[in-house]
Amino acid sequence: MLSLAESLAAIIVVALTGYVLLGGADFGGGIWDLLASGPRKTRQRDLIAHAIGPVWEANHVWLILAIVLLFTCFPRAFARMAIALHIPLTLMLFGIVLRGSAFVFRSYGGGGGRVFAIASLVTPVLLGMCVGAVASGAIGAAAGVQGEGFYALYVAPWLTPFVFAVGLFALTCFAFLAAVYLTVEAPDAELQEDFRQRAILSGVWVLMMAALGLALAPHGNLVEPRMVALTGAAALAGFWALWRRRYRLARVAAAAQVTLILWGWGVAQFPYMLPPDLPIELAAAPRATLRLALIAVIAGAVVLFPSLYYLFKVFKAQSSAPPTTPPHPPR
Amino acid sequence: MSDLLAARSQMAVSLAFHIIFAVIGIAMPVLMVIAERRWQQTRDPVYLDLAKRWARGTAILFAVGAVSGTVLSFELGLLWPRFMELAGPLIGMPFSLEGFAFFTEAIFLGVYLYGWEKVSPRAHLLAGVLVAVSGAASGIFVVIANAWMNTPTGFALVDGALVNVDPIAAMQTPAAFPQALHMTLAAYAATGLGVAGIHALLLLKNRTGAFHRAALTIGLIVGAPAAVLQPISGDVAARYVARRQPAKLAAMEAHYETRADAPLKVGPGIEIPYALSLLAFHDPHAVVQGLDSVPRDEWPNVPLVHLSFNVMVALGIYMAIVGLWAGWLAVRKRDLASRRPFLWAVAIAAPCGFVAIEAGWMVTELGRQPWVIYGVLKTADAVTPMPGLVVPFTAITLLYCGLGAIVAWLLYHQIIRSPQT
Repeated sequence: MLSLAESLAAIIVVALTGYVLLGGADFGGGIWDLLASGPRKTRQRDLIAHAIGPVWEANHVWLILAIVLLFTCFPRAFARMAIALHIPLTLMLFGIVLRGSAFVFRSYGGGGGRVFAIASLVTPVLLGMCVGAVASGAIGAAAGVQGEGFYALYVAPWLTPFVFAVGLFALTCFAFLAAVYLTVEAPDAELQEDFRQRAILSGVWVLMMAALGLALAPHGNLVEPRMVALTGAAALAGFWALWRRRYRLARVAAAAQVTLILWGWGVAQFPYMLPPDLPIELAAAPRATLRLALIAVIAGAVVLFPSLYYLFKVFKAQSSAPPTTPPHPPR
Repeated sequence: MSDLLAARSQMAVSLAFHIIFAVIGIAMPVLMVIAERRWQQTRDPVYLDLAKRWARGTAILFAVGAVSGTVLSFELGLLWPRFMELAGPLIGMPFSLEGFAFFTEAIFLGVYLYGWEKVSPRAHLLAGVLVAVSGAASGIFVVIANAWMNTPTGFALVDGALVNVDPIAAMQTPAAFPQALHMTLAAYAATGLGVAGIHALLLLKNRTGAFHRAALTIGLIVGAPAAVLQPISGDVAARYVARRQPAKLAAMEAHYETRADAPLKVGPGIEIPYALSLLAFHDPHAVVQGLDSVPRDEWPNVPLVHLSFNVMVALGIYMAIVGLWAGWLAVRKRDLASRRPFLWAVAIAAPCGFVAIEAGWMVTELGRQPWVIYGVLKTADAVTPMPGLVVPFTAITLLYCGLGAIVAWLLYHQIIRSPQT
């Protein structure tokens, strides 16, 4: 049975999973906007904008929820990460600001499509790098480093080949998720076929980046064999479903695959929050805070999940509806 | 520029930028819901056009507000890790609740913006109401977290560590009510009069526009009552500050010497006898602590706090007068849109609320210095050890200047311009 602190750590991983599966796919959409090609280039971009438009802001809040729960329940871990990862986190924030603003500016006739697409490409890499730096053990260890200069304290923890590999892995995962989701949302067979090809291609990239990450891993405690087996099974199911054009099944498999990757990371570094030396229990806030945070999460979930269900029911129920762009102004 | 100053400047720029979008995100949904309701009642297409234009404006501003708010939630740790390490368990509660309120806001804004043809008119209007309610709730939660920094409660301080942590007591911090009331009214007053003022200006150019006439009325419905009530909430807030943060009050009033029968300085060489004692404690003879009761190294920047306070008060009084004028004309059933002096007064009020909000935040934030948690943790002890903070400060300032310019351009072209047919 999980302790109170461990339960909240698990809830933070759930929130992060929500961000990756939903917000991550919105970034993935931006990547496919950048890489739009072929005779249906414009229609690909319209489909992406149509898919992201109503939901990206709600999807983005998962990240805020994760970060707020992290600083409420694990303030020590948050402070350490904020110091050692200052540079990649700040760059990631620039990516988030540019992606969101450029998307909405473009939707309302202000241009900025290029900025939207490029920020969608860069931001996931930085998010992945921050996760990779934690997994590598560099953030936990950085607290022990004293007075070795700017590079050792603020750059070295995240400037490693492994951390970059995790960043690129996150990028390919987001692109893969987006491509798979878009096969379901595409209004006709041609667009479906475009995104099916992209899904299979990016699925292969996901596997290659996973292998690269494992090859560069600084220590052996990054994966847990059973989770890897499950992840592999989900990946195979995803490829099979894409091959047989069973798109709804592929969507479930892709989401399961990425979820298992995140949870595999969580399980592998359990019971540490910042390996190698900060366990969840030691990073945790006082019990009074944890108990209230758990109550707040449960109460919040009662409001949140029906609302989210409604949002997705309204906008994602009929996949064959023609894309509608946001109401354009009378020019 | 020292790292501490760079960190403070970056926080100031981020907050000053975000607050405009946050405030509009709180109040704008109320305006669009009123317009949509009027359209449903009257079927006058002017109201539908207004609701749709305001929804577009809200979409742009909410998106920028959401991403700049994300920046702030990370910056709390990126710039002030020691502060978050201490305060996280105490102010995390309002931030967590804010997270859920913001979630609800984002979800139903998606339904509102993209759901005109997808949900029933009743569900659409209800989505707008939920956006307005959750927007106000998230603003209140964030202000409660800030109020705790001014009047920290819910813990015991033992050897620099906070023990016996009680997050519920922290949320009941005495500054929570006056600050949340003052800020929420400010959001409605600034946005309502802001919208009314822009359309008043356009009515001065073109008297016949039914579109601007409707917009002016709805803007005043939201903005005028809030502007009239704001001085009362300001009085509540000032009396709390007088009791709980005497150094801040002394800086606000440039009151150096502790004394009874304290006069109010309203300008160079102009004093109103007993007025400060009367305002701060509702007693003309009350003793008001001066800056002489605070060690010199714990003084805030007195000239800046005093100036900001006076700017806020002056603009607030002007807005309240405009609000009263609007109410008086409405009671006498006069046509608001055809009185040029009134339109000019409203037009001048348009930027006042936003300037007053920025000035008011300067009062509360600069007035708390050198503390980040009043009486517990100094700002200088909370800052990140990372050097070179002038780099992110410069970068974020440039980014926000660019974004601000694009938003202004978009709003002008998308929402404000008269419908052209």
